[in-house]
Amino acid sequence: MSVLPFILQKEFRQIFRDKTILAMMFALPVIQLIILPLAMNFDVKNVNIAVVDHDHSTYSQKLIAKILSSGYFKMTGSALSYDKALQRIEEDQADLVLEIPLGFERNLVREGTQKIGLSVDAINGTKAFIGNAYLNSIIKDFNENIDLNVQAAAGNSVTAGTIMITYSNWFNPRAESKYYLVPGILVLLLTMIGGFITALNIVKEKEAGTIEQINVTPIRKWEFIAGKLIPFWIIGMIVFTLGVIVCRLVYGIFPQGSVALLYLFAAIYLVALLGFGLLISTFCDSQIQAMFVAFFFMMIFMLMSGLFTSVESMPVWARTISRLTPITHFIRVVRMIVLKGSGLADVKTELLYTIGFAVVLNAWAIWNYRKTS
Amino acid sequence: MFRDRRTLLVMFGLPVIQILLFGYAMTTEMKNAPIIIDDNARDVQTEQIILKIKASPYFTVDEPASGYKDVEKAFKKGNIKCALIFPPGFGNDLLHNRKATIQIIADGSDPNTAKTVINYLTAIINDYQQQLFPGATLPYKIIPETRMLYNEEGNGSLIFIPGVMALILMLVCTALTSVSIVKEKELGTMEVLLVSPFKPVMVLISKAVPYLVLSLINFTVIVLLSVFVLNVEIKGSVLLLFFESTLFIITCLSFGLLISNTTNSQQTALLICMMGMMLPTMVFTGFMFPLENMPWPFRVISNILPSRWYYLIIKAVMLKGLGFEYVWKETLVLIGMTVFLLTIALKKFKIRLQ
Repeated sequence: MSVLPFILQKEFRQIFRDKTILAMMFALPVIQLIILPLAMNFDVKNVNIAVVDHDHSTYSQKLIAKILSSGYFKMTGSALSYDKALQRIEEDQADLVLEIPLGFERNLVREGTQKIGLSVDAINGTKAFIGNAYLNSIIKDFNENIDLNVQAAAGNSVTAGTIMITYSNWFNPRAESKYYLVPGILVLLLTMIGGFITALNIVKEKEAGTIEQINVTPIRKWEFIAGKLIPFWIIGMIVFTLGVIVCRLVYGIFPQGSVALLYLFAAIYLVALLGFGLLISTFCDSQIQAMFVAFFFMMIFMLMSGLFTSVESMPVWARTISRLTPITHFIRVVRMIVLKGSGLADVKTELLYTIGFAVVLNAWAIWNYRKTS
Repeated sequence: MFRDRRTLLVMFGLPVIQILLFGYAMTTEMKNAPIIIDDNARDVQTEQIILKIKASPYFTVDEPASGYKDVEKAFKKGNIKCALIFPPGFGNDLLHNRKATIQIIADGSDPNTAKTVINYLTAIINDYQQQLFPGATLPYKIIPETRMLYNEEGNGSLIFIPGVMALILMLVCTALTSVSIVKEKELGTMEVLLVSPFKPVMVLISKAVPYLVLSLINFTVIVLLSVFVLNVEIKGSVLLLFFESTLFIITCLSFGLLISNTTNSQQTALLICMMGMMLPTMVFTGFMFPLENMPWPFRVISNILPSRWYYLIIKAVMLKGLGFEYVWKETLVLIGMTVFLLTIALKKFKIRLQ
């Protein structure tokens, strides 16, 4: 007779006894999934710009008007001198300073070129860089327009060949970041809840001393680990399902591809992930220790998984680490299935990787769990 | 506390690994983006453009595709970011009709990369066009000269370091103290403390001080690493930096104590700290996503996070080299939070066990 059902019964009782934790397991991921993507917005708007216009000419006014009408920039008042404008940056009121020198219009018309100064708060991350890129393209556009005016006046348009470029964004025509972020966040939250809870689990029994009672029974090692794994696997699948429902209801994202494939992947991934948590748990002696170890790996997973930055841009050694973290593959696959409708053949490599992780991590956890100390 | 070697190891190992990862592995710039090209023209001009793309560090060109079916398949496999399609007779059109079209299809499921890819490709093609028709350069030009303030060399770690510091300190410090009292409750040693003549304030302070020392050492390690390994220059006063960081650490420790006082098991306390705080801290500190872009309720939420204020201070003091007169407001906010958190923690501290 197998003892597995009895271990399962014990684990489920334990889980249902602590209502706070049970509620947290479901509520924390769902709430975060609803709120966070709304706040995570890569689109840069409202770049604060301070303008120092020494020229006060028609052209400089035109340029400023053009910049402000683009919708990306917000003028935080024009300053009289560069130093004043710089002070605004220091106070974090402005992200970049545009300085138009004296004689801007005259030089532009007479000599054909004129430099203007752009100072970017370069530690302000994405905002400053993207603001700078926007501003450059606005100025380029402005260049082309003056060119047109003058050419029309002179009447000698040069016939140069032009290459027209048409673009389209497949799978996400309006280029909204939510389609990219939401599935990734779902995976991350699932990973955190699964990883943290299992990492704490065995170690809790160690601290409470109840593990010794289990150790003296004839329960086999794999039965013990399986007994820990199965309840959390079920909880994980419920959390995942809730997440998919939130994606549908709140963000209107529904898998383009096969839902069955998505679930197959989630099922295997959860086995791998929970195995990882249990492995940590077998290594540690106290809950805070387990938590810190889990936190350590979660941070690495989070940073290396390509959730926020693209894996291709990393150096080779970092890409290797990235390939060896289970979450990378799952995020990739979820994005592929949900957004692009990829099929089983497209995700074969990732599937093999994940199965590999599941087998290795669980085997290691079983092997590392000692009944005698 | 020092009994637990492994926790100590992780505590110090964590920032080291993270700083290194952020410094070396995380780049916001794009490199080696895989693209495919469907060249239906196969003439000199398309050859030249493809060569130019191959030569740029931003792209790696995959096997050529033929037709939309191939392109779609490649996208679904998830390997490529973008497809470039030349129509038949491209070069001929360009030279004789003076007009030719290129189609770029980007993988919009990753909109940011898609935007960058399109921008880079457009720049390469425009460059080629100028090369082909050198006489046609624009006669009038405004040339922007960009200065990167505070970060002339474009050192990417400068952008991440303050954020990572705020994130790590916030989570580690809160987690450390969050278990301190609840652990004694679980083990039953709390009763010993309660019957002793210590005042609640003394108990709380004695819980926090060792962790304060540990966290300060941790902070020093992070600073040393960023200076010597990642070449981050500390522009402002080191003394002020340490003062502000001590303040921030105390704020986080108080927050941890509050959690510890209100929960009744270590597991709950730790889950609140890690699961409940990791992502929100990351999002609302403002180093990954600009706070100004968020809808106003989120900006309000971000104000209650101590890490958000600390991040502003660190940026101003460490990277911009500003003095205390620029950060006194943020400092006051942190002090206010600390006092508030400690008072509540004291109020919640139960002298008797139920």
